[in-house]
Amino acid sequence: MPQTAIVILFLTSLALVTSLEPWFQSWQGNRSQTTDPLAVLLGDARRAFANHFFIKADAYFHSGYYPSIFDNRAAFQTPHMAADAGAVEEKNTGDEDDFLGPPKDWLEAFGRKFRPAAHTHLDQGGAHTHADGRSHHHHPAKEIELGESQDVREILPWLRASAALDPQKIETYTTTAYWLRQRMGKVAEAESFLRDGLNANPDSHEILFELGRIADENRKEPARARNLWELALVKWQKFEGQKPKPDTFSLLQIASHLALLAERESRWEECLHYLGIWKLASPQPGEIEKRIAEVRQKLTTATNPKTGTQKPKP
Amino acid sequence: MKTTLALAHLVILEMVRRKDVYVLFVLTTLLTLVAAAANIFDDTRVVRYLKEVSLTLIWISGFVLAVTSAARQIPAERESRTLFTLLAKPVSRWQFIAGKFLGCWLACGLALVVFYAFFGAVAASRERGLDVLGWFQAISMHWFMLTVPVALALAGSLLWAAPSSNSTLTLLACFGIWLLGRHLHKVAVGLPEPGATLLTLVYFTIPHLELFDIRDLIIHRWPPVPWLFWLGAMLYAAAYAGMILTGAWLLFRRRPLN
Repeated sequence: MPQTAIVILFLTSLALVTSLEPWFQSWQGNRSQTTDPLAVLLGDARRAFANHFFIKADAYFHSGYYPSIFDNRAAFQTPHMAADAGAVEEKNTGDEDDFLGPPKDWLEAFGRKFRPAAHTHLDQGGAHTHADGRSHHHHPAKEIELGESQDVREILPWLRASAALDPQKIETYTTTAYWLRQRMGKVAEAESFLRDGLNANPDSHEILFELGRIADENRKEPARARNLWELALVKWQKFEGQKPKPDTFSLLQIASHLALLAERESRWEECLHYLGIWKLASPQPGEIEKRIAEVRQKLTTATNPKTGTQKPKP
Repeated sequence: MKTTLALAHLVILEMVRRKDVYVLFVLTTLLTLVAAAANIFDDTRVVRYLKEVSLTLIWISGFVLAVTSAARQIPAERESRTLFTLLAKPVSRWQFIAGKFLGCWLACGLALVVFYAFFGAVAASRERGLDVLGWFQAISMHWFMLTVPVALALAGSLLWAAPSSNSTLTLLACFGIWLLGRHLHKVAVGLPEPGATLLTLVYFTIPHLELFDIRDLIIHRWPPVPWLFWLGAMLYAAAYAGMILTGAWLLFRRRPLN
């Protein structure tokens, strides 16, 4: 009798396998379809970890002086390292120096002596800028030149981990690339990292824009920069322009860089075109209008009857 | 005092013979070295993440070592019936508790020296030098913090018969306090009554182990803790451990040995 039961159970499981296996292989939630071990191991949870590591990098940017989920995070809604890099639009409000507020009890007051208690940024020297980091208000920060400190490299492991866990998190690439090239002089590494990001996100106008900045500011190749920014603008118009709340911050960055590049090269009509787009995206259109007037003036001078035609520089 | 020290010596010898410390040390070393092997944009001077990984593993190992070693002391003596022999000799129950506590705590201290030596080597290998004052404060505060888990586990072994359940509950309490302890009052403020009062009461009652966690100061190279506050923290830990040990002794005094 037990032998018969075993045979029946074996045959039943065999029959189930033949019907379940093809379904499992075609099921979208099947993790074995991906070759990425992290995706197999963590599934969608890896995005939560990626976000955690991105925030962790910002906590490192502040040398550990960072609000927990139980503190007032109004001044840290946008990670400062990403805002400083121009990767995202800053939406922070409140006092970033004193998010802890006054201590609620003697234990909290005592405990603050054992934790970082002053707002600093790694790219400005971090904890070294404070004679006594835990009494910020009594010992003002020693001013150092921006870019003097390369300690900002300490945020990179967490950004790399964040990108590995969520390759679709675009600000990770743009933030990392900024700090790599701007503060550490690692232009090749920054470009390579952005290329990885572009492979994972071929329609990202943010990554194209950052690649353009490398071409313009580091490689000194304005023609390549213009091509990249123009492609970024096309991608923005194609994907962001259709949204009810488009990312105007990116549009502002792309248009302003294109306009400034055209101005540098005395391409006045092109400059006017991009200034028009810049004006649409800008929170201060009046300022851009003044600039448009200046460029129109230059255009008139360039096309006066004596010379006859506009002379753009190559 | 001699009796207490003799008991403590026995506990240390037992800890040296057991494999727990070695396993935890090898795990900590391996995981730190794996983290060190990561290529961070060809920059070999990136060190803080490594310090964080290493220190976090040391903290976890410290808790595990302290709690598991203390939790098995009394049940093991009872099971092997050496408890009766010991107490039949002129060893008082207080001396027995104090000896066991001291042994576990000193053994943890020895283990911490090895762990922190490794941490120091890791940090010094990538930084220009070692912040000796910070390193000393980190190890001393960590060691004094461990008085509380050791005392808690010893007291717990008088309440729960099985060392496994005692270890699990004590570790849960310790990790809970370590990670969430300092936030309890903030959470309590936003709660309706009577939850707010109860949570505030819990906040002021629990031993705040997180006070001793100065990892952020060490990782990010902040200046050391002012020495007066460092001393205050030591006294805080000693007071809590003393209180818990006294409670354990009172429990043990009234408890039949079998």
